[in-house]
Order: sequence, then structure tokens, then C-alpha cells
Amino acid sequence: MVQALAQEMEWIARILEGERDLFHALIRPYERAVYMTAISILRDSAEAEDAAQEALIKAYRALASFRGDAKFSTWLTSITINEARSRLRKAGRVRLESLDSSGQDTGQPEDYTPFLIADWREIPSEALERDELARQIERAIENLPPTYREVFLLRDKEEMSIEEIAQAVGVKANLVKVRLFRARMLLQKQLTPYLKREVPQRRGWFSRMAGRMGGRP
Amino acid sequence: MKLDCKHVWPYISDYIDDTVTPEERLSIEQHLETCEVCSAILDSVHNILVLTADDRVFRLPLGYSERLHERIGVELARVEPSNGDDASSGG
Repeated sequence: MVQALAQEMEWIARILEGERDLFHALIRPYERAVYMTAISILRDSAEAEDAAQEALIKAYRALASFRGDAKFSTWLTSITINEARSRLRKAGRVRLESLDSSGQDTGQPEDYTPFLIADWREIPSEALERDELARQIERAIENLPPTYREVFLLRDKEEMSIEEIAQAVGVKANLVKVRLFRARMLLQKQLTPYLKREVPQRRGWFSRMAGRMGGRP
Repeated sequence: MKLDCKHVWPYISDYIDDTVTPEERLSIEQHLETCEVCSAILDSVHNILVLTADDRVFRLPLGYSERLHERIGVELARVEPSNGDDASSGG
């Protein structure tokens, strides 16, 4: 649950006046989002956890500089992005992201052509009880180009608005939309064949069984 | 404005986010009514987004919250939040 900015500003003032323990409550609604932001960049859960802790400690130290111009969540997200990116740089893991940083469409259009299907039967969330399905979705997301992955998780995992993401990532809203479109299309292309094949669908049960039986000696 | 499939695909993402114009929305919906393939693509993208949002995808590490608040507790006891001047933090 997200608190109203007015309440957050009041808490921040009280923390700065000495009620330091209120900081726990202040960040509690955002601790999940901070982790997701870190993992969208670092891809390693232990490192993402460490970066999340560090980012929130930096946020505490710099609390007086938060003026309420942006949402508190956007401010935290942007501190986390900086923390995660600086870890990548230190580890020498950074490739300069020129893929779409100019905002121009340099990708091959066919990369963003969807996987064509004639019908789609909804995969229910209960199917995620199968760990393998959740891991497959995670892998597909992890394999997205970094700038697409970041925007995708902020939007479709953390449900931030396009404008908030643009602010936190430091790019124009239109570029956020382009990256989001590409991320979603790449995932559709990669995951749809897998989901169609691997997730049992009641209606197709008879024909699958018939096929299997027919294949036996 | 009449759209064919290839011209609908670039709008699928914006359509889901409801950032298309009313005119675009109308054209897209007219196309979707008659095109099973594009409807199935839209459904599959939407379904993938619903699954992604589920807490079982990218689970938080076990004990994440406890460790986080413990570390923050140590920091709170040690350091006053400064006015952007980090000198008091002691590193």
C-alpha cells in the first residue's frame, strides 16, 4: 500500500527532527519495488538485495534533499537505479548501452514481430504453482536487452506510470514506450510458443491423449 | 482509418496501457473484431503481463525484509540523516 505524499512529507520532517525509527515505516511500502528495480539491472538476487539495502541507506542519509517535487517512490527508484548501475560499472560488467539511447529505431523490425497464433487460451495464475513456469518467465525477462528489461519490470511488475519511469530512468516518455513495446513483443515471441506447448489446457486434453496413445506400440 | 495486422502490432503495447487516441482505439478495435490472429496476440501479451505481475515470478529472497530492516536499524542508531552533507556519516 502506498501512503499519500502529504503523510510521507510529514514523516520525513519528523525523521529529520529526530524520530529516526519512523524511517522503517516510511520505506516499508517500497522495499519490494526497490529490490525489483535492483534485480532488473543486476540480475543476481544476492547482489540485488545488497544494492537494495545500500540504496535505502543512501536514501536515509540524503533524506533532507527530498523536497516532494517527484513522488517518494520515484525518488527511491532513481537512487536504486544509480546504485545498481554504479555496481555494474565497478564490476566492469557494463557494455555501453547504445542500442536505443538515441531514441532512434535501430532494431530490425522483424525482431518485434509477434509470434503468430490463431487462438489463445488464457493461462491461469494457478499455473505458476509449477515452479518451472515461473522460472521460464524469469529467464525470458532476464534475457531482454538491459534497457528494455529495466523499463519492462518497472512498468509491468511494479506498475509505475510511463511518466514516473521516464523520470526515474532519466529518459523521455516516448523512449520508455518504445522500450516497453519492444520488451513486450520480444517476450510474447519467446514465451508464447513455450506457454502454448507446456501449460496444460483442458480443452486440448483429448487430442493430446489420443495422440500419445496412438504413438504407443 | 482502416488497419491491417502489421499496422496493429505496434499499437498493442499502447493499447494495453490505454495511451492510444480515441480514433486509434476505434480502428484497433474494429480490426480486432474481425481478426482472430491479432486478438490472440493481444490476449497472449496481456496474459504474459498478468503472469509477470504475480508474486511467484521474481520472488523476494527469503528473509529479505528482516535483513533489510536490521541493517537500516543499525544505520539509524549510528547516523543522523544529513542535509545532503555526508560528512557526519562516518563513511
